[in-house]
Formats: sequence, C-alpha cells, structure tokens
Amino acid sequence: MRRYHHPLSVRTMLLTMVLGLLLFPGPGLAMEKASIVLHWLPQAQFAGHYMAKDMGFYEEEGIDLTILPGGPDILASEWLEVGKADFATMFLSTGLLKRSSLPVINIGQFVQHSALMLITKTDAGITSLKDLENKKVGIWANEFQIQPRALFKRLGISITVVPQSSSLDLFLRDGVMATSGMWYNEYHLLLSYGLDQEELRPFFFRDTDLNFPEDGIYTLEKTADLKPDLCRAITAATIRGWEYAFDHPEEALDSVMKRMIKEKIPANRAHQKWMLDRMQDIIMPDEGTQIGVLRQDDFERVSSILMEAGFLEQAPMFPEFYRGPVR
Amino acid sequence: MSKRHGIAFKLAAFILSCAFVILVVIVGYNYNYSRDIILRQAEESSRNLARDTTGRIDSVLITVQKVADNIAFSLEDATLSKEEILELNKRVLANNPEIYGMAIAFEPYFLEHDQLFFAPYYYRSGGRIAFNMLGGPNYRYFYMDWYQIPKELERPVWTEPYNDEGGGDVLMATYSVPFFRTVDGKKVFAGVVTADVSLDWLEDMLEEIRIYDSGFAFLLSRHGTFIAHPDRNLIINQTIFTLAEELDSPELRSIGQKMLAGESAFVPVDNVFDDTERYLFYTGLKYGGWSLGVIFPKDEMLAEVRKLSKVTTLIGIAGFIVLAMLIIFIARKITNPLHKLSGAALEIASGNLDLKLPEINSRDEVGDLANSFGVMRTSLKDYIENLTSTTAAKERIESELRIARDIQMGILPKLFPAFPERPEFDVFASIEPAKEVGGDLYDFFFVDDDHFCFLIGDVSGKGVPAAFFMAVTKTLLKVVSEKGLDPGDIITKVNSDLAAENESCMFVTLFLAIMNINTGETRYANAGHNPPVYMPCGGKPEWIPPLGEPVAGVMEGMEYTTKTMTMHPGDVMFIYTDGVSEAMNPENELYSDERLMDILTAMDKPFAPELVKEIDDSIKVFTRGAEQSDDITMLAMQFCGKCDK
Repeated sequence: MRRYHHPLSVRTMLLTMVLGLLLFPGPGLAMEKASIVLHWLPQAQFAGHYMAKDMGFYEEEGIDLTILPGGPDILASEWLEVGKADFATMFLSTGLLKRSSLPVINIGQFVQHSALMLITKTDAGITSLKDLENKKVGIWANEFQIQPRALFKRLGISITVVPQSSSLDLFLRDGVMATSGMWYNEYHLLLSYGLDQEELRPFFFRDTDLNFPEDGIYTLEKTADLKPDLCRAITAATIRGWEYAFDHPEEALDSVMKRMIKEKIPANRAHQKWMLDRMQDIIMPDEGTQIGVLRQDDFERVSSILMEAGFLEQAPMFPEFYRGPVR
Repeated sequence: MSKRHGIAFKLAAFILSCAFVILVVIVGYNYNYSRDIILRQAEESSRNLARDTTGRIDSVLITVQKVADNIAFSLEDATLSKEEILELNKRVLANNPEIYGMAIAFEPYFLEHDQLFFAPYYYRSGGRIAFNMLGGPNYRYFYMDWYQIPKELERPVWTEPYNDEGGGDVLMATYSVPFFRTVDGKKVFAGVVTADVSLDWLEDMLEEIRIYDSGFAFLLSRHGTFIAHPDRNLIINQTIFTLAEELDSPELRSIGQKMLAGESAFVPVDNVFDDTERYLFYTGLKYGGWSLGVIFPKDEMLAEVRKLSKVTTLIGIAGFIVLAMLIIFIARKITNPLHKLSGAALEIASGNLDLKLPEINSRDEVGDLANSFGVMRTSLKDYIENLTSTTAAKERIESELRIARDIQMGILPKLFPAFPERPEFDVFASIEPAKEVGGDLYDFFFVDDDHFCFLIGDVSGKGVPAAFFMAVTKTLLKVVSEKGLDPGDIITKVNSDLAAENESCMFVTLFLAIMNINTGETRYANAGHNPPVYMPCGGKPEWIPPLGEPVAGVMEGMEYTTKTMTMHPGDVMFIYTDGVSEAMNPENELYSDERLMDILTAMDKPFAPELVKEIDDSIKVFTRGAEQSDDITMLAMQFCGKCDK
C-alpha cells in the first residue's frame, strides 16, 4: 500500500510550514499554482477539498491550489477544456462520456457508491419502479439522467420526463410523481421541509446494478503527462482532506458553512452535517475502503452499461482512463 | 410530658397557622387564576395580533395576485403583438409600486417560431424601471421553478421566497400565473406571468411586533423555510425542521408540520429554543401557503402576575403580622386579669381574705369571673368568721369536758405499785380513755385486813351522763363493799340503789371480786360483764364462765349471786372492758376475744403489770392508730403467796 502522507500533528505541520517559509524565501516561490473546479456549489460534498485547503495539505504537497466553486451554470468539463481550470471533479459516468470528445483522465475516485436516487411520496402508492409507467418524473439534466434513463430502459417502461430544476418545489407540490435526488442532499432537503422518512419511499440506484461510482478528480491527459507529480499530489492531499474531515466533522462543517455563506447560498448546518455523514457512507462504504481508488470492475461495469444504453460507443481502456492510486 | 403553653400561645398558634393556610391558599389560587387569565388574554391577543398581521400580509399578496391574474387573462388574447406585450408589462410595473419586477415568459418558439426564448422582464433598479430579456444558454428559464411549477400544476403559485442577487440581496417572492392560448382549437399552455415582490417590508412589519421583551414573530414559507425571523441568519438558510434538527427537538418538528398544514393553535414550547418556557401561537396565511408564528416568553407574560402575587404575599404577611400582634394583645388582655386573679386566689388560699382584689372592669366573662371571685371571697370570709365563733364555743365545751374527764379519771386509783408493802398479791390496772368522755371504771381496795376487793365496770353510753353515772356507781360500790358483804350482795345492793333513781335507764356492767389474800380464796359476782380470764400459774388461761346475770342499774330488786374460786400463788385474774375486745383497726376488724386469749396463752410466767402493758401494746399494734371509740380498761390481779411451780 502506498502512503501519500504520514500522519502529522497540526503543530508539526505548522512547524514544517514555518521552516519551509524560512528555507525558501518568497512565499509561493516553490509552490506550483493550480486550480480545480468543483461540479457543484459549495457544500459538504466537497468537504475533503476544503479541509485539504484549509489544513494546508495542498501546500504541503507544494501546490497553491485555487478551488473554484461550480454551480448550475458551470460545466466542469468545459472549464477543463477551455483551460479555466487544471482539474475538475466529475461523476465517473460524466468522465467516461466526456472522454469521447475530450481526453480527460481520472486521477482519483472518491465516491464509490451512487448517491443518486428516485424519491416518491409514500401516499402516492408507488411500490415498485414499474409503477412509474407514464408518470411524471423529475429528472435532472446532463449526467444525472444517465442512470434513470438506463433504468427505465431496462425496466421497459416509459415515463414522462420533467426537467428538474434545482429545487424540489414541484415535487413537494405533487407536480411530479417522483423526483431525482442525491441521498446526501435532496433526500435530507425533503426531511428539512417537514416530510418524515415514513412519508418518503426512496429507490436507490446503488441497490441496482446501476450503482455508479460518482465524484472523482479529472484532468486532461496532457496535464497528467506533463505533471504526474502534481496530479498525484492533488489526489494525495484530497485524500488527507477527506480523512481529516471525517475525523473532525465539526471543523469540516465550519469550513463548508464559511464557503456557503461567502457564496451567499442557503446554508444550514444540520443539512451539511447530514451530507457529510452520507459522504462518509459513500466514500468509505466499508471499514477498510481505501479512499481515492477506482476499482477496475466498477469502471468496467459502468462502461458496459453506458455502452449498452447507447450513451457510449466505445469504452476506453482502464489504464488509459485511470491514473490514480491503486490498491 | 408536654410543655406547658399559655392561652396566648395556643390562641396565637391556632389562629396564625389557620391564617397562614388561608394566606397560602389565597395567594396560590390568585396566582393560578391570574395566570390563566393572562394566558387566555395572551392567546386572545396573539390571535388578534396574528390575524391583524396575516391580514396585512395577505392584503399585499392579494393585490399582487390580482394584478398578475389580470395580466395573465389579457395575455390569452392571441392578437397581442410583441410590442404591446412589452408595453403592457412596463405599464403594469409603473402603475403598481408594490411589484418589484414582472416577467412575461413564453413557451419555446411560441411567439416567434425561430425564437427559443421570449421573456421580457421589467424591474425596478435605482428608482427607475429597467428592462432585461430573460433566457439564454445559461438561463434556461423553462426549468426555473417560477416557470415550471405553474406550468406543470396549471395553476398560479407563489414560489418559495429567495434572495435576489441582482436586486441587492433583497428577499423576494414571485407569484407566477400560467396563461393559456387556443391553438388549433385546443387550449395550450403558452407561458407564465410573474410578479416579484420584495419582502423587505415583511421583516420590518414583523420586527415591529414586539411581544414583551423577548417575544417575536416569524414567518414560514410553504415548505417551512424562514422568511422572517429576528435572527436573520435563519432567513432562507434554515427551515423550521433543520432548526428542530439542530436543536434536537422533535416537538418543534411536529409544530412545524402542523404549521405547514395551515393549522392554528396556541401551544407551550418549553426548552425548545433555550431553557426558557414560551408559548407559541401559529396560524396559516390565506395566500402563499405561508404561516405565521408568534412566540411569547412565559416569564415575561407572567411577570405582572408574579408581581401581583408578590404584592399579595407581602400584604398577606403584613396582615399576618398585624393579626399576630392583635391576637397576642387580645390574649394578653384576657390572660392578664386571669393572672392577677390566679395570684389573688393563691394569696386568699394562704389565708389573706382581706386582700384587695385586682381591679378588673372588663364587661365580659373575665369580668364575671372577677365578680364571682369577689363574692366567693366575701362568702368565704363570712363563713370563716362564723366557723371561728362556732369553734370557739365548741372548744370551750370541749375544755370543760376535758376537765370533767380529768376529774373522772382522778377518782380512779392510778398509783402503782398500789400496795408495795403487801407481797401476797400484785395488782395493776390501766385505762386508756377514748376521746369522748366514757364510762369505764375500775377500783381496788382492802375491805378488811385479809380481803382485797377489785372490780371493773362499763357504763352504757358516753359523755357527761355516763361519767356521772360511773362516778355514782364507783362511789356506791366502794361504800357498799366496805360493809363486808359478799360480792353478789354488793352488786344486788348497788343495783337497787342505781335502779331506784335511774330515769334515763342507764346501766353498768360490773365484775367484782373479793380475794382472801392469805388463802387465795376469791368470791366474785358478775353483772353482765365480759367474762374475765383466769390464768393459773403454769397452766392454760381459761375464761371464768359468766353467770348469766343481767347488767346493773336497770332492774330494781334484782338478786346477784356470788361464786367462789381459789387462786393459787402465781395465778392471775385478768379483767377488762369490751374496749379491749372491740378495739378496731382501720379495716374495721375487731381485736376479738380469740386474739386476746391467744396472746394470754402465749405468755410465759405472766406478771400483772407487764401483762397489762403487753396487751395494751398488742392493741396498739392491731389498731395501727385507728381512732379509739371506747375506753380501754384492763385490770390484772395476781395472787402471789408462794408459787410451787
């Protein structure tokens, strides 16, 4: 097992930093500037990145990393393509699909389980997904529609797709029978709108064979070729960031809340706490899971489903696509 | 033993404890009742406050709704040109100052077949009306809530309030109305009209609602998001449910669900926000699906009640003290004369009947007691005076009787040994007079040189008559005896003399014996007297059998016989009156002849003077100081000569 870091106390880290500054006069002289664009607005989904930044893990790796917040109007892959960012976070499916038009590679796979789900209200009487036949279902655009579409295709039912906005208002008002949601986000949002868990009937994609690994760090092939150390360092620091976040959830929440407030987006701690807990569930689904690794079988399963569903004509080879840590 | 408490103490203790209980009950009831009143009033006023507030908010919302509804209605007219639509939009905004911005957004390619987006938006900016055409690759409005929800639901909606970044971070809410047009004979969805309202005034309005010091009002959106709250951090950021989650309060969550359901209630919310107790009134608004909550801090609501209770308690305590002082004063007023009377009673008891009684003028039971006490003292004084004179008279008589008694006793021979020069016999007698003058008599004397006469008698009755009768009897006996007659003749003679003048029918029992002191021959006669005891020297004592002859002094002409017996040297004859055998102990038991005989039998070598003393001692032991009712008279005659044994 390769280790990217040694556990250091904060004091030692600070000492190291101070020594570093003394030995290399001129701040940032030895630092390599880099940027990463996240695929959504600041939230606990990215707590590992924020902690790595706030705790100086990136700097320790010699990176002066700028974290760029994403959002509904930002396509991370576009930013990679046009050079607005050196790195981007994306779903595995997104990365695979982009690969056909843009040479992106995965340098670290963080979310191992799919958090995507379809949520219905218990009183709507949807007991199986087949009951959604000819019903309005809120489905997000872009990569979020891959799994649902593949699912309904497999089930052989047709549904009425209602493009889902960033809010759950339509679902709450019964404008759609089912809504897409992320376990760490929308599911809890519904709870925070006063719906009880008993009032909701969730269908998890992770319980089907459409269990797609999600968030991973991507970069362009040329960046990976030119700066392999930088890529490795980014992933290593992010892994440390996640480990730190899971060990210090309150600090991590502080860090997340700070960024949300800065971006002026609705921020509440209870929701972010739920999200952080769920991130731990899907980043470290089992006790011994090593953070940041993409497993080949996961990769191949996703590729074949994408091809089967017609989203992808040809899948890349695993070693070409993945240059992250291995077990 | 319990401690002694005075009347004042008892009175004060009982009344004050009673008063204390009453005080506690009054204060408690008063507190509870006032609290209920305050709570009812609070509920009522919160209802009014909420109704007033929701009314004001609703009136703004309905105004906006009406405008947007009207525009939507006019947009169903398919003949409107693009220019007319823009003009309409602009004019509406200009004429409706409460509307912040208005958009008229069409379905893709609806108005112009080559135009994906058509959504003019007029809004206020820096005091002027600005214009913007919405839509573009980065703003696909079809997927915005304000467009999508009314489209899917086919009815007007209020969107969830949001912070409008373009408008300078103003809290906004949008009312969206779908409008429809008829295309190919079918009614199809054509687009929506939106009216944005700034909710700034909302916060100001709610902030004006100051309930006591720390009470406040808050407003929730349809989905529980805070639209207005004194803590601005909660606005938009939190729903009541996330707040409940942070506060770990299932109670608040449940309240939130009821609020969103549009219910209305006045409920206590203790320890939800912090550890103070509060009340919450909530009610739903007519429009927008919003609900209003008003928080009342219980402490502050009840501050007046607490103050009232405090004052009531203070008044109560003051009253309590006054009452205590009054009771002690009254009790003292009652007990002081009693104390004085009690002291006077003690003084009177010690004999001071001339004591001046304490001055007690109260016209009540104590006064009556003092009067009665005075009367009692006077009566007592009179009675004692009476008693004193009576006693004096009685004492004089008693003194005379005593003298008579002394004289009576004086005539009995008292000097022992009576005849020391005569060794042939020994005689000893004693008389123990009872308190009253009695009628016992004894005597002994020589008839001639060889014959010695001894006698004992008991006159019936008591008092002076008995004493006289006894004196007469004794004198007669002595005179008659000296004539040398036999004892029977002596008694016969004395009897007839006594009976001759005996109108009061008094009588006397008599035993009279005459002993030849040389031979011991003894002749005797007995007139109804107890049988004497003959105690032969060394032998067993025995009764000298009675002769069955009656008492003397009653029957004139009665003849008495004489018996003869012989006493041997050492023999003793013991004669006595019934004062001996009928002596009584405190249990009223008689000394009895048997006891007398037993004691005499137990005597070893009797000697006359000692014998009498011994019997006398045994009587005293037996009676144990009980009052003597009769004279106790004894006489022992011992013949000496020469005792053979």
